[in-house]
Amino acid sequence: MTGTPGLVAVTLLATTALTTMAPAETLRWARAGDSLTLDPHAQNEGPTHTVAHQIYEPLLIRDMTGSFEPALATEWAPSPDDPNVWIFKLREGVTFHDGATFDASDVVFSINRAKTPDSDMKELLTSVVEVRAPDPMTVEIVTDGPNPILPSNLTNLFIMDEDWTVANDAVKVQDYEGNEDTFAARNANGTGPYILSSREPDVRTVLTQFPDYWGKDLFPMDVTEIEYTPIQNAATRVAALLSGEVDLIQDVPVQDLARVAGTDGLEVRTAPQNRVIFLGLNMGADDLDSDNVEGVNPFADARVRQAMNLAINREAIQQVVMRGQSQPAGMIAPPFVNGWSEALDQASTDIPAAKALMEEAGYGDGFTVQLDCPNDRYINDEAICQAAVGMMAQIGIDVALDAKPKAQHFPLISNKTTDFYMLGWGVPTYDSEYIFNFLVHTTDDERGSWNATGYSNADLDAKIESLASETDLSVRNATIAEIWEVIQAETLYLPIHHQVLNWGMSSKVGVLVDPEDQPKIKYITMN
Amino acid sequence: MLAYILRRVFQSAVVLLVVGLVAFSMFRFVGDPVDNMLGQERTQADVERLRETLGLDDPFPVQYWNFLGEAFQGNFGMSYRQGRPVAEILMERAPATLELAAVSGLFAMSLGIGLGVFTAIRRDGFAANAIMTVSLVGVSLPTFLIGILLIYLFSVELGWLPSFGRGDVVRVGGWSTGFLTESGLKALILPSITLGLYQMTLIMRLVRSEMLEVLRTDYIRFARARGLRERTVNFRHALKNTMVPVITVTGLQLGSIIAFAIITETVFQWPGVGLLFINAIQFVDIPVMAAYLMLISVMFVGINLIVDLLYVAIDPRLRGDTARGH
Repeated sequence: MTGTPGLVAVTLLATTALTTMAPAETLRWARAGDSLTLDPHAQNEGPTHTVAHQIYEPLLIRDMTGSFEPALATEWAPSPDDPNVWIFKLREGVTFHDGATFDASDVVFSINRAKTPDSDMKELLTSVVEVRAPDPMTVEIVTDGPNPILPSNLTNLFIMDEDWTVANDAVKVQDYEGNEDTFAARNANGTGPYILSSREPDVRTVLTQFPDYWGKDLFPMDVTEIEYTPIQNAATRVAALLSGEVDLIQDVPVQDLARVAGTDGLEVRTAPQNRVIFLGLNMGADDLDSDNVEGVNPFADARVRQAMNLAINREAIQQVVMRGQSQPAGMIAPPFVNGWSEALDQASTDIPAAKALMEEAGYGDGFTVQLDCPNDRYINDEAICQAAVGMMAQIGIDVALDAKPKAQHFPLISNKTTDFYMLGWGVPTYDSEYIFNFLVHTTDDERGSWNATGYSNADLDAKIESLASETDLSVRNATIAEIWEVIQAETLYLPIHHQVLNWGMSSKVGVLVDPEDQPKIKYITMN
Repeated sequence: MLAYILRRVFQSAVVLLVVGLVAFSMFRFVGDPVDNMLGQERTQADVERLRETLGLDDPFPVQYWNFLGEAFQGNFGMSYRQGRPVAEILMERAPATLELAAVSGLFAMSLGIGLGVFTAIRRDGFAANAIMTVSLVGVSLPTFLIGILLIYLFSVELGWLPSFGRGDVVRVGGWSTGFLTESGLKALILPSITLGLYQMTLIMRLVRSEMLEVLRTDYIRFARARGLRERTVNFRHALKNTMVPVITVTGLQLGSIIAFAIITETVFQWPGVGLLFINAIQFVDIPVMAAYLMLISVMFVGINLIVDLLYVAIDPRLRGDTARGH
């Protein structure tokens, strides 16, 4: 009997040792921008979705490599009876942070909420006509025709709890005329791996691990607490990493990569981003406003466009402007996207051939034109444009550069009042149709909203429209290939490069760089 | 006296209205908020609907008039960027800026006066000359560079002080303060020095030249001749008489410390109204820009009004001016 107290003490000690085996790990994480709102349907924007992905979950997500992974749905397929219906089987045993059970009514509610006029997610759901729940663990989404890529549009569509949203009077997404924000903009109740613990917009957001998360044993879940702080100034952000005040920063400026990588205990990991940078030419106008050629539009001549494409030295931009941190591009689709091909993504520089084409087109003496460029949107955007100006000068085109903040640059494109412009494009659906709809199709009420080239090809438009409802994937992919051939032959855009993401981190953080620049913390390991 | 005050108050109100009008005429050139507010998938119909809702297509005098009408009822609208009431955001951010301004003002005053007196008394000493030379750095280097240098030295190399943010804050009523925690106090040091360095140099040089002037006057010589202690002469008699212009300048500089905290706040990610304003410009968040500019102009006009009124109280000659009409 005398030995018993000692035994108890030893057992206690052992238990304590066991529990301290998995210590509390806080991930201190910074990037340039903050989430704008916690309401998951109010903003279709990168940093906002990134924070939402820790708290809320969609039916399915893309993993760090860009392929689908089940989240709240375990399987999904088009209905065998009706090609206009997609059937989603939901995950059992999922609870929201407040303890409520997740079921099909929450999915129906959330998709309908995301379709309301105030929602910023509604454009991804235009094909959806009805969402119904035949039983608590099944959801059927009815579209206005067969929609083969519907699941791609749902990867950022977060599911809210119906009862919580209704009880807190947060069904309406956004109200700019009112005087109060919605409850959901500042509070959150998701099914995701982390619970909102505190948040001061633009200052700090703290999330703690959700103990009842369904995937607790399926993912590393090493991080028990997330402290997210936006740091706008690039130099300060890098300094915070160097001084050990943060563990992970997104968007390391290219000029600081060597410094971070050369510091003990820090690492830089890079991966191609889902974003391509290119120049657009207004070929549809009868005459350009900023050129010195009277009465004709030099960009309307395909030979001029080809010459300009040949004049761009992408390797030089990669080496000098981007310090190696880019992938030269020959087409305006990022490499992950369905329809991308290595053969089309090649581009070459050939000044004599370019000059010959200019001569042939009757512009041997060149012309002048203005290039509109953003200076605070893409990595080194203004410097890329400056390099392009020099390259165009080699074939006699005298380019005047006008670089402006993004708030002034993008209206030029959406209002189609620019002759020559820079644009970057990410493809959240990972499918070429998205590129064609916005950048290639003739501008009308539904499509072509970012096509400032003025290009219009009725035959091509019909092919683009057919993609939306073509269920035979091999036919669909063949059409996509045909469309790309026309785009390349017409030199619709001048591709520059695919952007590369650079994340800087403490060596203890184990993470793969996500092509959409959206780290999902549940995958992160900490040693 | 009353007529003078009323006239000054009336002039101040006119200045405020004009500032607002100029601000609203400029907003069109900052860019279009709609592109930032809607995702890249938005249709033309969405754009038009939102422009209509926000009244962005109205001519700017109409927009200004609507803003004034609402502002007089205490409603500054909703932030386009955050979708929250502007008044609430400003209230949330103001403590950070005011605490930073107070600390850097205190730093500039105490060190400025101290060093000013020192360099005046030891005019030919090595230390005084060294201080004067180094102080040139304070006036000639841009604020962001000073901030980055301080971060590099004290955060990255030495690891003593945080490079960004406010540390832990404590909420006292509606006010969030960084004065009550160790990390909050540490976080104040670098931004305060960055923000206050220019003012410190200014005050130091002002005190020094005033002091040199005063030290040459007869009553100081007589005080010395009477055998008063050097300390009494310097601080009781000389310093006191240099303070009048110093206080005037400092009062006006306090306004600019608050208004121009923008750069310091951006470098240190200091969550004050300056950083809010920079974000608002980038996003074309018109309600926030309008409210911020009105707030800053109210502050400047207010400080000027008080300074003007103080002159009347201090200087009898100004009172004589208004009395001349009788």
